[in-house]
Amino acid sequence: MTFALKTLTAAGVFALAAASPALAQTEIQWWHAMTGANNDVVVKLAEEFNASQKDYKVVVAYKGSYPDTLNAGIAAFRAGNAPHIIQVFEVGTATMMSAKGAIKPVADLMKDAGETFDPKSYLPAITGYYSTTKGEMLSFPFNSSSMVMWYNKDALKKAGLPEAPPKTWPEVFEAAKKLKAAGYDKCGFSTAWTTWANIEQLGAWHNVPVGTKANGFDGFDTEFRINSDLFVKHLTNLANLQKEGVFSYSGRTNTGEGRFTSGECPLFLTSSAFFGNVKANAKFDWSNAPMPYYPDVAGAPQNSIIGGASLWVMGGKKADEYKGVAKFFTFLSDVDRQVKLHTESGYLPITKAAYEKVKASGFYKQNPYLETPLLELNNKEPTDNSRGVRFGGLVQIRDIWSEEIEAALNGQKTPKAALDAANERGNQALRQFERTAK
Amino acid sequence: MQKYAHFKGLTIPLLLLLPQLTITVVFFYWPASQAVWQSFLLQDAFGISTEFVWFENYRDLFAKPEYYKALINTGIFSVFVALLSLSLALLFAVMADRQIRGAEIYKTLLIWPYAVAPAIAGVLWIFMFDPSLGMLARGLQSLGVNWNPRLNGNDAMTLVILAATWKQISYNFLFFLAGLQSIPRSVIEAAVIDGARPMRRFWTIVFPLLSPTTFFLLVVNLVYVFFDTFGIIDTVSGGGPSGATETLVYKVYSDGKGGTNLGGSAAQSVILLAMVIAMTAIQFRFIERKVTY
Repeated sequence: MTFALKTLTAAGVFALAAASPALAQTEIQWWHAMTGANNDVVVKLAEEFNASQKDYKVVVAYKGSYPDTLNAGIAAFRAGNAPHIIQVFEVGTATMMSAKGAIKPVADLMKDAGETFDPKSYLPAITGYYSTTKGEMLSFPFNSSSMVMWYNKDALKKAGLPEAPPKTWPEVFEAAKKLKAAGYDKCGFSTAWTTWANIEQLGAWHNVPVGTKANGFDGFDTEFRINSDLFVKHLTNLANLQKEGVFSYSGRTNTGEGRFTSGECPLFLTSSAFFGNVKANAKFDWSNAPMPYYPDVAGAPQNSIIGGASLWVMGGKKADEYKGVAKFFTFLSDVDRQVKLHTESGYLPITKAAYEKVKASGFYKQNPYLETPLLELNNKEPTDNSRGVRFGGLVQIRDIWSEEIEAALNGQKTPKAALDAANERGNQALRQFERTAK
Repeated sequence: MQKYAHFKGLTIPLLLLLPQLTITVVFFYWPASQAVWQSFLLQDAFGISTEFVWFENYRDLFAKPEYYKALINTGIFSVFVALLSLSLALLFAVMADRQIRGAEIYKTLLIWPYAVAPAIAGVLWIFMFDPSLGMLARGLQSLGVNWNPRLNGNDAMTLVILAATWKQISYNFLFFLAGLQSIPRSVIEAAVIDGARPMRRFWTIVFPLLSPTTFFLLVVNLVYVFFDTFGIIDTVSGGGPSGATETLVYKVYSDGKGGTNLGGSAAQSVILLAMVIAMTAIQFRFIERKVTY
């Protein structure tokens, strides 16, 4: 090889390297399950992060619904191809945390990467769901919400009800009967997310356990307690009112939410994240209020639990990649960014500073419905029964519970028999999970 | 005189067979054997801990009343869908086979639903029969029918049967029409001269001569209801309410979903596989004898 050729080659290589600085960037894969406006938020966050520094590049990929995304992550892990960050819904928490080696706890990640990270700066009601009992954060909360009762102000007026929404369950039942008489004859009140509303949130809101071992936080050898008095009483009420046409079942997930925005159901319990949809589609005066409670249960209301999803970091990646993930989480925790995410998209802020800042700005005076879930979550110091739920295989268990609740609502079983069966079948699933999670 | 081509040695025939064999092994036998293997395992979602449990997954399955319920649901669902879609398709084909104006338009339009994906077919039917939004559901309610597939198992089953039938009619129609057109006119004309009325002509001549088509369609339809209706059930009812529309194939999915019970899910798919093999074998062994080719 002549000298000239060598120089040329060297120059060529140098030129290539200089022309594509992207090659030096470390890519971070982020798989998510967000659609529509929420998808735009994800894309924009990645763009902003990529523009804010040069060393790392977050690449987002939409992987379908929450269960689809979780399954895609599991399949990729089995194939040795997992992404760095995967968004997993709250019910997948136990499945993820039991997979030691498959995941990297966020607390460890931040420490290893040397990022400044103070777990106390986060809202405990939100991060508690995704932390160990010792307070170590396992996954990073991303989109959080809680359950609230949305109400149609025009309907309340039409039925001659007071402007203030009903506070307790007995009040809700009475109001719904009046609403039915006033022309809302197909549905006085309803809920989306059947088990989240009528089991998980109901338990937390009344400080009643859904399962032993602090709702599964203290170990996989937990057992369900969903056939206790509170749950039976509530389901009995729902079943009776379903028969009278005052309550109307709206399905297992949130597919029935349109019944609120269309004006069919004037009282509707669902996620606070329903906000964007209500704002865009409801053609009546609306607001939301905390979930109702039974006043005869001592200490109620306690505090609500969150829903939504968090970001899990997958195991077995390079130290440099983890550093990028840690930087990205620091970027997400930034106060102004959290304020913006919360006020624009309706996600709950995850840091105390962000919440305080929004409160101080007077934003909630104009938009009280965005503060309702935060007031619920922070209503009281969380107890073992209200920190959250952590049951392995909860995705499948929720389906089992829904089946039994439906059997009670359509009169095939008594509420007590249905909940006994739900409890028993749920325990079988828990034992199976316990055997595999070692 | 023999009409077979003869190859010397085994190399060329094997080479010629190789592409087909590779595809069959890679895409059929290998995954099927994986399913069988998985059905003997108890494994966590990520495949980190694995325990070989012999037939425990199968025993668990047969100890659960939900599995028998799914079995019965599948029976009801497949009988109704196969019967309805075959008989309606035959009726439409016989009608379209006549000399009528615009026959081509009917034929084309009748074939369209086949191009609709199962999940979309499910959504279309939900649009019509959703108790809150559906036009037809409102019509039913105004007639005093308490239509509520969200909670009433029979309503939900009716809805998935209708959607699954609607989607399969086109396919059956196409084959029946082709079958009808291949029946020699002379046979039918002879019957006309003998004074046989249309109904009699149909049952004694047309229907027996169609039997190969009907038999083929019966097999295809059963495979369809057993496996391909998954998307429809998923979008229309999600197996609910209270498991009223949970068929065997849907249960395979819902148990395996979230990766929580892969072993049980695999055991179910192995049983399903065995059932379809057995059914097809029985059909070929016993029903095919009655078919006149």
